[in-house]
Amino acid sequence: MGRFILKRLGQTLIVLFIVSIFVFLMVSFLPGDPVYAMLGGEISQETYDKWYYDLGLDKPIVVRYFSWLGKALVGDFGTSASQHKAVIDVVAQRVPITLYFSILAFIISVPLGILLGVLAAVHRGTKLDGILTTFANVCSCLPQFFISVLFLYLFSMILHLLPSYGFTWPWEDFGKSVSQTIMPITCLAIGGVASICRQTRSSMLEVINQDYIRTAKSKGLSQHKIIMKHALKNALIPVITLMGLRLGGMMGGSMFVETVFNISGMDSLLVSAIRAQDIPLIQACVLLIAVVGSVANIITDIVYAAVDPRIRI
Amino acid sequence: MENVQEIKTETIESESRKRTKKFIKSLFKRKIVLVSAIGLLLIIFSAVFAPLISPYDPNAQVLSEALQGPSASHIFGTDNYGRDILSRIFYGGRVSLIVGVAAVLGACVIGTFFGMVSGFFGGWIDDVINRISEAIRAIPQIVLAMSLCAIFGGGVVNLAIILGISNIAVYIRMMRGQVLSVKEQDYIMAAKLQGNKSFRMMMKHILPNCVSPIIVQMTLQIGQTILAEAGLSFLGLGISAPTASWGSIVSDGRQYLLQNPWFSIAPGICIALLVIFLNTIGDGVRDVLDPRMRGRR
Repeated sequence: MGRFILKRLGQTLIVLFIVSIFVFLMVSFLPGDPVYAMLGGEISQETYDKWYYDLGLDKPIVVRYFSWLGKALVGDFGTSASQHKAVIDVVAQRVPITLYFSILAFIISVPLGILLGVLAAVHRGTKLDGILTTFANVCSCLPQFFISVLFLYLFSMILHLLPSYGFTWPWEDFGKSVSQTIMPITCLAIGGVASICRQTRSSMLEVINQDYIRTAKSKGLSQHKIIMKHALKNALIPVITLMGLRLGGMMGGSMFVETVFNISGMDSLLVSAIRAQDIPLIQACVLLIAVVGSVANIITDIVYAAVDPRIRI
Repeated sequence: MENVQEIKTETIESESRKRTKKFIKSLFKRKIVLVSAIGLLLIIFSAVFAPLISPYDPNAQVLSEALQGPSASHIFGTDNYGRDILSRIFYGGRVSLIVGVAAVLGACVIGTFFGMVSGFFGGWIDDVINRISEAIRAIPQIVLAMSLCAIFGGGVVNLAIILGISNIAVYIRMMRGQVLSVKEQDYIMAAKLQGNKSFRMMMKHILPNCVSPIIVQMTLQIGQTILAEAGLSFLGLGISAPTASWGSIVSDGRQYLLQNPWFSIAPGICIALLVIFLNTIGDGVRDVLDPRMRGRR
């Protein structure tokens, strides 16, 4: 197990190294002069020179990469071209909000998805199964931004039940916070519930047909015990992969919800940075998203290997 | 001699025709797949013949008729510039379909090639290709596409390339797995013993055995790519005004939900329907091609 973890760690470091090269090269890929592309054509020669040297454009590309990487590793991504503040400060302010939303959505969607999936599998072929499967299939096809717009229209504009935008931390004003977060969290969680439900259902059905389930049945175990103890445990193994994927995409998955509900999280920051071609800010966001994704990936693999010993070989 | 040849080709032809017939018959046995196929054809038809069936010019602005609700002359009403929404939807379908199909086809060809090479040769080639494909997967598809948009800009051609790049890793991984499982089969060993060259062997013996998972993956992937394109256009990073794209129409309509909700809702439903149709057909094709999946519903 120790060797397996070490190997995965090594692979992940290489992957992150490749990602960092791509992220770094974004400046060089910009069409035309990178300074003008980021700041617009109408800047003074002084500003131009300052950015030119800050970006290290006077040095060879390899030197530039390693000095950029060295700074990035200690959190120094330079100055944001559109907000004129240190990139790290801008990002640090936004990250907790995105994390808050995506962790809550994750915590809701996993048990709910598994529960619905098991229900559908156990009642296979009944009306309940039909409704749940249709729900899951349709919801996994609905674009998240469309769900968000529909919710916004229905619950704040027609029914006037919930506020249409904004964000408050629960310890600042609990009631306001809850009413502001219900819709975004639901929109974020629906996709997860649907995909986990589908995966759980199909792997449950696969497991239920196995010999050991028949053995358990003929031993006279109760239906409840068979489902919970024998079937679910084995059926959840493929679901772990899916959970890992969702965990990994956590930092970069809420740009639509943040845009529609006007929440100033990291993903809406990334969207505005891209619109402004604010490369240092984009670099920091993309690198952060990739690091979180890769760490989630390793955790998934380790959990997977711990649960299913066949993987380790 | 000639006669024998003729008979041979004839039997092969009728054999393959028979197989196609059987495939189509078992695919459409399930009503929902048939309905989806008809729906998909309708959308493709409306996109191809958009200039003929659109009641208005999709970009013609009639400011005096802005933001009308649905009526007999404008089925989904008009947008904030008085443009007919139904016509814009017909034209917007073109963007979704072209980008979705082009990106997936490109990604499939390139990804399949590299996946095959990776699985077939193993060793350091496998390691290099694997790490690169993992690096692509380390960034969520939409984020990768967004950052590529930041560099190269939007537009139909750029979007197809960008979404193609972000799709490649899927095919690399899938093909690699397929090749690894096929490689150890006896008939590949036999082909190897006959002294076949590597490339010829991949093309002739390994690729045909991996076709069905590729087809299934492609159908499902087109849906995902259309969702991604719509998402990018929704965020204002994909197709730029005045070209109509379903994602950007939904986004434009957000501010006018109270005046004409159909401005946003109609194109949104179109995206959802198109993706539902594609996914249902993809699932149907998988059920037919992969007998293990049968009887699971």
